[in-house]
Amino acid sequence: MLEKNKQSAATAEEKYYLASQWQLMRQKFRRHKVANLGLAILVVLYFMAIFADFLTPYTAEERFNTFSYRQPTPIHFVDTQGRLHWPFVYGITQARDPNTLQMIYKVNTGVHLPIRFFVHAQPHKLLGIIKTDIHLFGVDKPNGIFLFGTDKLGRDVLSRILYASRVSLSIGLVGVAVSFLIGVTVGGISGYFGGAVDMFAMRLIEFIGGIPTIPFWIALGAALPRNWSVVQIYFAIVVLLSLLGWGGLARVVRGKLLELREYDYVLAARVSGVGEGAIIRIHLLPNFASYLIVDITLAIPGMILGESALSFLGLGMRPPAVSWGVMLQDSMNIHSVALYWWMVIPALFVIITVLTFNFLGDGLRDAADPYKQ
Amino acid sequence: MLNYLYRRFFYMILLFFLLSIVSFFVIQLPAGDFINTLAVRYVQSGRSVTPELLNNLRHQYGLDRPMMVQYFHWFWNFLHGNLGWSFSYQQPVAKLLGDRVVLTASITLLTTIFVYLMAVPIGIYAATHQYKPGDYFFTLLAFIGMSAPSFLLALILVMIFLKAGLGVGGLFSPEYIRAAWSFGKVVDLLKHLPLPIIIIGVSGTGGLTRVMRATLLDELGKQYVITARAKGVSEIKLLFKYPVRLALNPIMANIGGLLPAIISGGVIVELVLSLPTVGPMLFQAIINEDIYMASSLILILSTLGLIGTVISDIMLVVVDPRIRFVSKE
Repeated sequence: MLEKNKQSAATAEEKYYLASQWQLMRQKFRRHKVANLGLAILVVLYFMAIFADFLTPYTAEERFNTFSYRQPTPIHFVDTQGRLHWPFVYGITQARDPNTLQMIYKVNTGVHLPIRFFVHAQPHKLLGIIKTDIHLFGVDKPNGIFLFGTDKLGRDVLSRILYASRVSLSIGLVGVAVSFLIGVTVGGISGYFGGAVDMFAMRLIEFIGGIPTIPFWIALGAALPRNWSVVQIYFAIVVLLSLLGWGGLARVVRGKLLELREYDYVLAARVSGVGEGAIIRIHLLPNFASYLIVDITLAIPGMILGESALSFLGLGMRPPAVSWGVMLQDSMNIHSVALYWWMVIPALFVIITVLTFNFLGDGLRDAADPYKQ
Repeated sequence: MLNYLYRRFFYMILLFFLLSIVSFFVIQLPAGDFINTLAVRYVQSGRSVTPELLNNLRHQYGLDRPMMVQYFHWFWNFLHGNLGWSFSYQQPVAKLLGDRVVLTASITLLTTIFVYLMAVPIGIYAATHQYKPGDYFFTLLAFIGMSAPSFLLALILVMIFLKAGLGVGGLFSPEYIRAAWSFGKVVDLLKHLPLPIIIIGVSGTGGLTRVMRATLLDELGKQYVITARAKGVSEIKLLFKYPVRLALNPIMANIGGLLPAIISGGVIVELVLSLPTVGPMLFQAIINEDIYMASSLILILSTLGLIGTVISDIMLVVVDPRIRFVSKE
């Protein structure tokens, strides 16, 4: 028994020394619980974005004209008499306040609307291929189920949040991809050539870093033509966000290149006649790829925040496109926020997404640092 | 040291010049100009609009001159304190901005001080109590602060304040809004300032706390700390004499990035809280294509950001003897 333990300890140690850089990183990352939780939440969020049309009871534009600003209805399992039921929501009766003429909704505990699963509703194309009209859940018509309430036009906030996540979550990735391309190019050229080119590139990055971003984003956002299509606006915003966002990545690439090119193994490779391109690709890039992944992860939240800020101000994505920032536009009016608090729910999604990206990036940074235990 | 400061100063002037170019031309990007906006307004109010009238107006406002001429005209006047003419208010921009620029600058300055006053002690506490409940608490708080965009924070706090029946928005009580500056008005202002300062400062505080904690932890693990402790130096003296001083370095260097971020976040928070500062003014000016107003405001805001770089340069010289010595040679 003892013998066996010793042996397994020996192999574990051996494994540690034989493990590749990436295996070591993965081991360290697994120990970072918060980062793992962050990763899990992000996977769920992106999954929800991809399957939004199946997971939502309604589409983003489906209007229930009679249900303007209806409050969220929680799911119940137990009724007022304490009896257990199939999950249901209570019905709602509506009336006008005789003084303010405002619509008031009252929960009617006499009416139970059982939640149906895999119901037939609006047709949609799952993953853009499979034609179907099946939605995960819903209630019998003409009633509606609004877990997060409805907005001014009577649209389901939950459904809109999920559809909006497609824009909000993807714009971070696309924006970072563009920033990454600019950053790697400028940083690579700067770090590789050094001298005057490097000096110029660094000053440029410093210059861009010193600019307060939001005033410039407002100015640039206002320059986007009103008649552009949703897709055009989407990519224009990506470019706009990347324009001021590539500096950090370029700095990392340049710093690492400058540091690594002095190393003996690079000299050894050069002496052995390996070409410059191959040195960068085979020997240098894998060496700092881990750092790049960390910086990319930490750059995504900035992009997501930028898009929601711009759309919130009405200068980014605009209706009929829907993003979290677009949804928050309705809460720009402080008084409507006080009356209809559920209009701020998209803000929670922004915060959770950004928070989990930050946790993930933090965990990756710890994992990528070879000196950290 | 002087040599180093001269060099940095010269570089700042160059940056200021570049910023003025960017500020001016970014505002020129939207299609059309103020005369188009004006023409729409004329048509709506039933006045006849002829191409001659529009051309005359363009000539009157100097909008028919080449772009470069317009730029130099504006920039030259800007240097002399003349910020141009506001089309939508029909008043000189400088006259409209007076108090607003002062208020924005004060908010920015106070927020920066707030961020440092919060971040440094919390960072020290978190680093000296690593992996204890206090550290976890502040780490979580810092992450949430970094992740919540200031305008959302403003919205949520506004909601909470309104639910609690407290007034929000503005920087002055109604009786002081139009009053001239007096002691009472300043006191009233100080009562209204904490909310915007906290909202704008939260994300910077979160970020700086993380930096402070990480660098201090690096220092605390070094051998000179262990040696000093072995020799019996008291914990407080040991902490503040070297590791904290060293950990302050990156924090000081950070102000160059922090100030633009505070200004940037401030613009949008001021909009949400509708403060009588430059944020809402800038937004309106850009939407209305009030170009001189918008360009001047953007240049003022970016210049405020530049000051951050200047301060961080000076602070680094003060805090870090290495920079002093190297530049002496």
